[in-house]
Amino acid sequence: MKQFLAFVRKEFYHIFRDKRTLMVLFGMPIAQLLLFGFAITTEVNNANIGIYNQSPGQFSNDLVQRMTGSDFFRLSANINSEAEMLEAFQTNKLKMVVVIPPKFEQNVTAGNAKIQLIADGSDPNLATILTSSAEAVIMTWMKERAGTNIQIETIDPQVRWHYNPELKSAEMFVPGVVTIILMLVSAMLTSISITREKELGTIEILYVSPLKPAVIIVGKVLPFAILSIINAILILLVAWLVFSVPVNGSVVLLLFEMLLFIMTSLGLGVLISTVADSQQTALMLSLFGLMMPTILLSGFIFPIANMPLPLQVISNIIPAKWFLIIIKNIMLKGIGMAYIWKETLILLGMTAFFIGVSVKKFKIRLQ
Amino acid sequence: MRTLKFLLQKEFLQIFRNKAMLPIIFVLPIVQLVVLTFAADFELKNITYVVYDADKSQTSERLMNQFAASPFFKFKGAMANFNDGMSALDENQATLFIRIPPRFEHDLAKEKSAQIMLDVNSIDGQAATLSFSYASGIINSFSSEIRQEWNGLPEQLTMPIQVEKRYWFNPEMAYKNLMVPGILALLVTMIGLFLSAMNVVREKEIGTIEQINVTPISKVHFLIGKLLPFWVIAMFEMAFGLTIGYLIFNIPVNGSLILLFSYVSIYMLVVLGMGLWISGFADTQQQAMFLAWFVTVIFILMSGLFTPIENMPDWAQKLTYVNPVAYLIKVLRSVLLKGSTFAQMQWEFVKISLFAVTMLILAVRGYRKRN
Amino acid sequence: MLKPAEHTITAKNLTKTFGDFTAVDAITFEVKKGEIFGFLGANGAGKTTAIKMLCGLSSPSSGEANIAGFDIYKQPEDIKKNIGYMSQHFSLYGDLTVEENIRFYAGIYGLKSTEIKERSVALIKELGLENYAKRFVAELPLGWKQKLAFSIAIIHNPKIVFLDEPTSGVDPITRRQFWGMIYSAAAKGITVFVTTHYLDEAEYCDRVSIMVDGEMRDLDTPTALRTKYNLPTMNDVFLHMAVRSKRSE
Repeated sequence: MKQFLAFVRKEFYHIFRDKRTLMVLFGMPIAQLLLFGFAITTEVNNANIGIYNQSPGQFSNDLVQRMTGSDFFRLSANINSEAEMLEAFQTNKLKMVVVIPPKFEQNVTAGNAKIQLIADGSDPNLATILTSSAEAVIMTWMKERAGTNIQIETIDPQVRWHYNPELKSAEMFVPGVVTIILMLVSAMLTSISITREKELGTIEILYVSPLKPAVIIVGKVLPFAILSIINAILILLVAWLVFSVPVNGSVVLLLFEMLLFIMTSLGLGVLISTVADSQQTALMLSLFGLMMPTILLSGFIFPIANMPLPLQVISNIIPAKWFLIIIKNIMLKGIGMAYIWKETLILLGMTAFFIGVSVKKFKIRLQ
Repeated sequence: MRTLKFLLQKEFLQIFRNKAMLPIIFVLPIVQLVVLTFAADFELKNITYVVYDADKSQTSERLMNQFAASPFFKFKGAMANFNDGMSALDENQATLFIRIPPRFEHDLAKEKSAQIMLDVNSIDGQAATLSFSYASGIINSFSSEIRQEWNGLPEQLTMPIQVEKRYWFNPEMAYKNLMVPGILALLVTMIGLFLSAMNVVREKEIGTIEQINVTPISKVHFLIGKLLPFWVIAMFEMAFGLTIGYLIFNIPVNGSLILLFSYVSIYMLVVLGMGLWISGFADTQQQAMFLAWFVTVIFILMSGLFTPIENMPDWAQKLTYVNPVAYLIKVLRSVLLKGSTFAQMQWEFVKISLFAVTMLILAVRGYRKRN
Repeated sequence: MLKPAEHTITAKNLTKTFGDFTAVDAITFEVKKGEIFGFLGANGAGKTTAIKMLCGLSSPSSGEANIAGFDIYKQPEDIKKNIGYMSQHFSLYGDLTVEENIRFYAGIYGLKSTEIKERSVALIKELGLENYAKRFVAELPLGWKQKLAFSIAIIHNPKIVFLDEPTSGVDPITRRQFWGMIYSAAAKGITVFVTTHYLDEAEYCDRVSIMVDGEMRDLDTPTALRTKYNLPTMNDVFLHMAVRSKRSE
């Protein structure tokens, strides 16, 4: 036990003496959270649009004013020809052009006017948001002009948002950032720290020490486990204090699940370090083999339901997918073990597998 | 100049000799490109929903058939009551719960107005807003169908202004056209930044840098020797990735490839310069890696690839002025999809060149032969 | 201004401080052309810091020095063309072969291609590494690595070669061979500046300086030093002086 403690202490020295890494480690999630919490919204803000008004008059001017009066759009150019429009799109000056065709004025009164919204489709996301925001502005303008005297059948959809009523992006990002940080610190840092000792040759001293392989592994990973849990708690605190994203479910359960996921990641980290001989290799493996799939296939950024079937199947072997479901359920929905026992079992199984394989591989190395 | 030859020879030997790194540099990114392009689809195709129809009328049934026929929605079951519907949301069986109140048909016929309740799981705010707008689209077109039918009115009078939407450069709104160039941009950036950031530090850690520092080799030569191999790898990766994008995903190439590659070649100087700069002040590979990681994550998520820059508040939009990844993605899209010409992109060239010069100066100043 | 007429290294009050710690405290000495100059001291006495300043790897805090006719502050890059250096840590590339390492270092010192080939062949033969020329350096035993590192450090025929504890960890036979190589380098006119803490090696040097706590306590031929302190071996001389060190634990 005494030897073990001495060993863990050495690992902590390594970590705490490297101020820069520590700064990045704790600064990164906070910076990410703040950036994404504040920077990513569901509404467009001051998008550059152009107006191609071929029928200047009272109605069209009124409509143009209404459109550019909103915070969504900023009128950047008046367009006079299709060629100008093309040029504006190609130079990225405009994202959408509202085309008001000739005779618009007469047609509005006649009730058969048309408006064209031409958007730059090279970014489908933005194009959809722009045209639907513009359509909404036009519709409101139209309804106001028509007045309420005409009685026609309308079905009025009443929407209620659940779990994230203000549609804040922080709600979406907090679980994701927690997941990534746990993975980053536990898997990536562990694998690099072990391969570093390999590169420097110091690992041989550990091999010849009377410490058992399991003890060496535990000693190496324990500090990172502690570090990641502190980090995760810090993120949750910032989420709660700055973005008022609370933990709706049981905090104890959440901590337990975080510990489980940390174990999974540590297992992966050790596994990588048994394969990689240099820090560079370990880094690249964790980056492209772990981090990218975790970010992109776990459902953090892209909904899994949207993926083609083979990828949906692949996403099942990504531990982060299951953890993300668990953490969202506990934090945002506030529901308990009854709903997440399946995911928990899957994570447990994965953890046992990774740790088992890496201990075995580690032992082989020793012989 | 001759010393440069020997430096390059050495770097290439070391890169190509590292059996573990080669597949990581060349195979993994391409796998990522293919997999991610399939995965990265924001278009909602399978919005899962459950229904509780308390009206059970002909009209409500017709409306539900419209949902069932939509390619965007996926029916997950009829609920017997309100509570069942809510637990379907809790259990993630559905993201949308449609409730049709009793007397729905009656209200619509007699009061000319009826309500329908939509409960949406909005943890992902963007997806939720999108699901809602698809749902209201279906409901709206159903209302106007009903209006025409019940009143026998022509369509025009029920919609005084028709809004026609058109999408240039990508009429089918294919996401892959956005994602392939975007993911390629991320891959070359990550490969370039990480490899260059870790390389010089590695020599520091192993101790070989001292031996280099006592030679008369010039700082600039040394850095070119470090930079050029990764530059070549990144350019190759870009070309390879584009070919795959063209062959497998049929992404359009409307502009000049020469223009595109000239831009990428300057862009890579920015990335590699930044990597070498990080390498200059980091003491260990771990530090270098973390700094590089920190920078990349922010660059990528603020690049406009996953969420449009126009969706950000003003201060965040200004931050993208110093984000090289945002520039690259913009230029790739413009040249590939819109066929922009050099004249139209000249400012982009000026900006990225200034960026490159700055980063290279920082890299040269950051590397010290003597401390 | 120091005159480097027959002296290839002259140092005057050369000092290096880190914060309030003085690693090297105003050392003053001269090294003659073709001399084997030993730099003796316990671990932490300031030997490596001193050698790094002389090689241009580290800027002095104060003092003057002139190496091979060039000023240590103003012409560090000219100095580098005229010196060789072998550091305490092994610093050849383990993932390059013996031949590739030779070619690389010869190349960056600006040797011509024909010269590189000739020297490479001669050097491999001299070291008896014919069968290992295409092996990775990482696979060589330590003693061979050190001999290779030394040969590479003088591949460009420098005026001076600085060796920082070149023989630490090497077996006695290899050490003897290594000193043979040092002698033949000196015979070719290369000045050898060598730090060591093996005191028997001190006897091989033309002159020896003894560093204690960053100061140079004495400097003379081994014979003169033994006579002066009236002690039978250099080992005794060294112990006599180092025993008063404040830095040793």
